[in-house]
Amino acid sequence: MLDLINLRKTFNPRTVNEKVALDGVNLHLDDGDFVTIIGGNGAGKSTTLNAIAGVWPVDEGQILIDGQDITGLPEHRRALLLGRVFQDPMTGTAATMQIEENLALAARRGQKRTLRIGITRQERALYRDRLATLGLGLEDRMTAKVGLLSGGQRQALTLLMATLKKPRLLLLDEHTAALDPRTAAKVLELSRQIIEENQLMTLMVTHNMRDAIAYGNRLVMMHEGRVILDIAGEQKKHLTVEMLMNEFAKASGDEFANDRALLS
Amino acid sequence: MNITSLLNALPGAVAQGLIWGIMAIGVYITYKVLDLADLTVDGTMATGGAVCVMLMLTGHSLWLSLLLAIIAGMLAGLITGLFHTAMGIPAILSGILTQLSLYSINLAIMDFKANQGINVTKYTLIVSQRNVRTLSPQNPILTALLITAALIGLLYWFFGTELGSALRATGANEAMSRAQGINTNVSKLLGLMISNGIVALSSAMLAHYQGFVDVNMGRGAIVIGLAAVIISDVLFGKLFRNFALKLLGVSIGAVIYYIVLQVVLWLGLNTNLLKLLSALIVAVFLAIPYWKGKLGSTRKGGGANA
Repeated sequence: MLDLINLRKTFNPRTVNEKVALDGVNLHLDDGDFVTIIGGNGAGKSTTLNAIAGVWPVDEGQILIDGQDITGLPEHRRALLLGRVFQDPMTGTAATMQIEENLALAARRGQKRTLRIGITRQERALYRDRLATLGLGLEDRMTAKVGLLSGGQRQALTLLMATLKKPRLLLLDEHTAALDPRTAAKVLELSRQIIEENQLMTLMVTHNMRDAIAYGNRLVMMHEGRVILDIAGEQKKHLTVEMLMNEFAKASGDEFANDRALLS
Repeated sequence: MNITSLLNALPGAVAQGLIWGIMAIGVYITYKVLDLADLTVDGTMATGGAVCVMLMLTGHSLWLSLLLAIIAGMLAGLITGLFHTAMGIPAILSGILTQLSLYSINLAIMDFKANQGINVTKYTLIVSQRNVRTLSPQNPILTALLITAALIGLLYWFFGTELGSALRATGANEAMSRAQGINTNVSKLLGLMISNGIVALSSAMLAHYQGFVDVNMGRGAIVIGLAAVIISDVLFGKLFRNFALKLLGVSIGAVIYYIVLQVVLWLGLNTNLLKLLSALIVAVFLAIPYWKGKLGSTRKGGGANA
């Protein structure tokens, strides 16, 4: 269960670059919800995910996971609850470390890191099996440096790292946006598979309306730092790109009308 | 120019190279593993010797003095780390601040004298210049080799542990490290402490080797450390993939650096110009990968981006 209560965040406050990124975001997710988030540039999609992950503190509001308030926890302390995949394939992995070393780091998320050996033999066997499920042949390159992998392979690996230790919430931040269409489809399909197998509560930000409709059981649209549309269940299954475009126009159009009302 | 005078000077160059090589291994940990340029070492390179020599002069045993010297170095690293992580000061500036304050602290440790001698006939020293051309267990080259080997072994083990892996991850990718639950501030503190502890050990050994500690003996240490790291990169970068071998390469790099210095001095360079020469050599070698990259990108065009 995830609850976002009235989240607010302003970047560069009291400067010419002041930007209200989150303007009172409210969102509730039940266990097993797979929510896709769409919206224009600057709508607050990635900002919402970063707020949950604790990249910086929010100005106002609360973030609760299973009722536990994590708003004040530093980023590394929340990591136990969260699996994260980023837009840039470079962000999610350590390029100068081996594939198996990256996995071993992820396997210890939320644990105290001791002077025990960093990767055991049993772990290696487990990682080999898990890598094989990706179908990319990475199981035969476990000691290769991650920097040698392609963007798609790195995203697949990051996905595996994010879910190796089952997170309470999976955060996918436009994780296929930097990939070519074919690789993007593959990584997206892999994501769906892992999410379904593990019944993971998931927030997936995407720019692609078709993907937002095709994946997940709920769709959320954001605009100017607020949730403006939340469609679930049967209603979502019948969504089309056109309907979404209309909703989007309506949302931004209303705003325009309001502005006009103010000016007149 | 007499070749025998050069040959006579070589054992000393090797011994000094090995001792400075230990310092260079400390620099490697911050510069390469943690991806931080830590300028604290210019101060720590005198602190270790000052603590060790002053303790021994006041009647403490060799091993206790060495241990406390290492701890003093670690404290210096901790201070730099706190400047950086708790106070948000850029890493380079944090190191400079600690380095500057260490100048006063080192003088205070040394009873406000610029140098303090320690006589090999009166005290049991870990290494001494006196034995550099003797074939005996007291030969400083042998001792420095043994200490280097032990240090490399210890570091190889440590960076293979969960904690050591977390340190390496912090240097490789901070955002990823935090996402995987690593407290990157703790990693940096720990790395800076380990590095400066090693530098202090090297400093204590150098003070013993030359028979005195001098408040200025660390000046330019970071440049010598970087030189060793870069020489190792250029000569053994392709050959040494294993972490232990890379550390060994750094030690060899320092030895080569000191042999080259000896040759340059033998050729008649004014000793006072040595630091200028060192800085120029390091600047050129730091530029080589950049120039190579520029050449490579114009020749090959776009890289593989699949």
